[in-house]
Amino acid sequence: MLSADVATRTSKVETDLKELARDVVRRATAGGATAAEAVVHDGSEFSTVVRLGEVETLKEAGSHAMGLRVFFGKRAASTHTSDFSAEGVRQLVEGALALAKLTSEDPHAGLPEPDLLGFVSGDLQLYFDDVYSLPTEERIARARRAEAAALSADPRIRNSEGGSFDAANNHKVMVNSLGFAGEYKTSYCSLAAVPVAQVDDRSMQRDFWFTVARTLRKLESPEHVGRVAAERTLRRLGARKVKTARVPVIFDPMVARSLLDTIAQAVNGDAIYRGASFLAGKLGQRIAGENITVIDDGAMPGGFGTSPFDDEGVPTQRTTVIERGILKSYLLNTYTARKLGLKTTGNAARGLAGNPGISSGNFFLQPGTRSPRKIIADLRQGLYVTEFLGFGVNLVTGDYSRGASGLWIENGEPAFPVEEITVAGNLRDMLHNISEIGSDLEFRGSTAAPTLRIEGMTVAGE
Amino acid sequence: MDNDKFFFQRYGLTEQDLERYLAAALSAGGDFADLYFEYQYTTSISVDESMVKSATQGISAGCGVRVISGERTGYAYTGELTAERILQAARTAALIASGPSKTPITGFKPEAARNFYPVAPSVDAEMSAKLDLVQRADRAARACDPRIAQVRVGYADELRHILVAGSDGAIAADVQPLARLNVFCIAKEGTDGNSARGSAGGGGRVALDFFLTEKTPEHFATDAARQAIIQLDARPTPAGEMEVVLGPGWPGILLHEAIGHGLEADFNRKGTSAFTGLVGKRVASEKCTVVDNGTLPSRRGSLNVDDEGSPTQNTVLIERGILKQYLSDKLSSRLMGIPDTGNGRRESFEHIPMPRMTNTYMLAGEDDPADILHSVKYGIFAKTFGGGQVDITNGKFVFSASEAYLIEDGKVTAPLKGCSLIGNGPDVLTRVSMVGNDLQLDEGVGTCGKDGQSVPVGVGIPTLKVDRITVGGTKS
Repeated sequence: MLSADVATRTSKVETDLKELARDVVRRATAGGATAAEAVVHDGSEFSTVVRLGEVETLKEAGSHAMGLRVFFGKRAASTHTSDFSAEGVRQLVEGALALAKLTSEDPHAGLPEPDLLGFVSGDLQLYFDDVYSLPTEERIARARRAEAAALSADPRIRNSEGGSFDAANNHKVMVNSLGFAGEYKTSYCSLAAVPVAQVDDRSMQRDFWFTVARTLRKLESPEHVGRVAAERTLRRLGARKVKTARVPVIFDPMVARSLLDTIAQAVNGDAIYRGASFLAGKLGQRIAGENITVIDDGAMPGGFGTSPFDDEGVPTQRTTVIERGILKSYLLNTYTARKLGLKTTGNAARGLAGNPGISSGNFFLQPGTRSPRKIIADLRQGLYVTEFLGFGVNLVTGDYSRGASGLWIENGEPAFPVEEITVAGNLRDMLHNISEIGSDLEFRGSTAAPTLRIEGMTVAGE
Repeated sequence: MDNDKFFFQRYGLTEQDLERYLAAALSAGGDFADLYFEYQYTTSISVDESMVKSATQGISAGCGVRVISGERTGYAYTGELTAERILQAARTAALIASGPSKTPITGFKPEAARNFYPVAPSVDAEMSAKLDLVQRADRAARACDPRIAQVRVGYADELRHILVAGSDGAIAADVQPLARLNVFCIAKEGTDGNSARGSAGGGGRVALDFFLTEKTPEHFATDAARQAIIQLDARPTPAGEMEVVLGPGWPGILLHEAIGHGLEADFNRKGTSAFTGLVGKRVASEKCTVVDNGTLPSRRGSLNVDDEGSPTQNTVLIERGILKQYLSDKLSSRLMGIPDTGNGRRESFEHIPMPRMTNTYMLAGEDDPADILHSVKYGIFAKTFGGGQVDITNGKFVFSASEAYLIEDGKVTAPLKGCSLIGNGPDVLTRVSMVGNDLQLDEGVGTCGKDGQSVPVGVGIPTLKVDRITVGGTKS
């Protein structure tokens, strides 16, 4: 039997959750299912927003939910519930068994091959007690300090959407009828500030900064968060449009991160087998410049995209997705791997309902050696993007056209802030046209990228 | 009326229980408290590669307790509808206040009954009937053209029971059906891998019948397939400022992003919206009158009562170009001294309500849509959009066209790809020079996100001409 008891202390409640999942799987198979899989979530959340020094909201709660997937041979169906009573569990199981009579035989459907089940051993540093140890007053105080640091940074910071502190933990249990039973806990905390700046009665600007960690010890100080938030907001004041032009564009790390998210979607096995990605059928081919290496690592200790096993009970792994410009691997779950004749990469992800999808673990672009400062200094004329707005990315064709704001660069120096412009190109070209890669890789979430300079994009403005 | 009694019957709840929970919520003082009970039942079924790969059903239930003290809000919720857990949530929410306890009003006064969606809930229909819908759509899309290579169809519905009880004695119950059918197609041509996508969908607070009589699976399927085929020949979009004509219906997302969010009262109360202080001022051309109307029968964004139990309304936001009022919930209404427009909404019992849109649209004008197109020498005709986003503080918004064409000498010519529009909320509508007589609401696909909360909404416009807006293409 497989078991991943990552939590160091297993309380009675936790054991009960695993037993509940086992019971649900047993009932499903007793009811005729040839295979079944249950997932249970139990979590709590805390959040507070302090605005202009006063507590604005204080929220605290816990919730749980359970999902069941059943198979009748090659037919699948799923149900979920937040009702853990005997009646709730009965509905969950009977509902799934009934629904499975409606779905089609799908030759690739089913649980993973039994020998692929398992988990990454060792302490992945996903759960820390301290996140929930802080008294409410202290949490509020941190949010207040972050906002105060932003407000006091400059007289032009005149308003605020507040400082906030969030904490959450989650306990996840997965059991399937092949004997897999795993569980792990995660913790999370974050601190943010959202100041608003204005000069005279001209256009207001708002920006934010944040710090996020799995343990309080790794959170940046409230003062640092507030100061950075203020700087990011102030540099937007007086923003204007620019003339439409084709120029080099520098993506700051937060913006470059969204490009990595797009790449992760483009190598998602679901999009690949459907031909819904411009990268479908490109395995082994050059899709990016030689300078581009992209890694997905679902087992990186302490990562925000880390877990000991994926949502089908397959161990997570480190996958080289793009190696020096060559597409080496897609991100796959069991189903898409079978469709494509490949092996799962341990990237199954499921909500409570439906078939598992795919999500990246810790997905990042390997950093280069140049400092972001140098990259900006080398730009004679172009755009430094600090924010994208909207969803103008077409994964099928690679067309990319997004609202943007940032700084106009002249002779290596920021000349003035810009807004109400778009940055457009095609992802196929963009991946080949990354001419500079910064050394500044930093994880503030499960996807990360350093500063990037991309040639030949169209900036549309006046 | 049985539906009004849902929580009383299913969970043995009584009015005395509600009073007891509210008393616990106000045990440390506070100006107001409310309880929000929710029970949501969902079903879904989908076809992919002509196989029914997924069928689901789910239940989510819980209770949220809110305590308001001045500008402070305390919130707690529980997924277990037991007296013990609700009282615990009430005492947690009470921590926001610090004073002597207050006593809620005894005896509840229910909201007058109204029903904008008097239909048989589709969640109760046979799953086999839903299966038939998705399979019909799959067949219809594939039959459109041999170049349609992939078709995915999803049907999802829900029935949401809510009960809201306030310490002011207000009580309201509602049962909200919602259904939606979506079709997504990929077209492929030749051997060079030229492909394109198209999607369509719709629904509302309707019964399953809606998809058999009013908007059939074939209707959505052929529209999705048509878009994908057209996009195979799409050319790069020109970049820069130009004249843009927006088609009727879903392009009303312009109103949602450009002005709707900026008019939500919470941002204006805090002075962080680009529209702060603009009530009574001109924010649009004389031809523009914009409303937010939660009372349209069967619409996706419609509600009998909002998630604070207040009746929804037809609220005029902009009248002949002049900004009239904001969209408000209870908190902003009280703090700003403005009317509660019945726009307090929340995603679920796990969320604090805030001002949100319902169905936001512009009233029809007098121009013939054909004349509007003829008046453009060189510009863009944007017919369908994907998503959009706005920065409410500086007013900049962007939205992306999924079906757009070049207009040359008054004629619609080549299809375009990779087309985004970006503008400034407080002045984009001042550049509206023509308003069509062909108001349409969208087909029922909109979901609006704010502060991590998603709620269903509707949008609509007649054909509009905007004299100047930045088009984000690649061709300079």
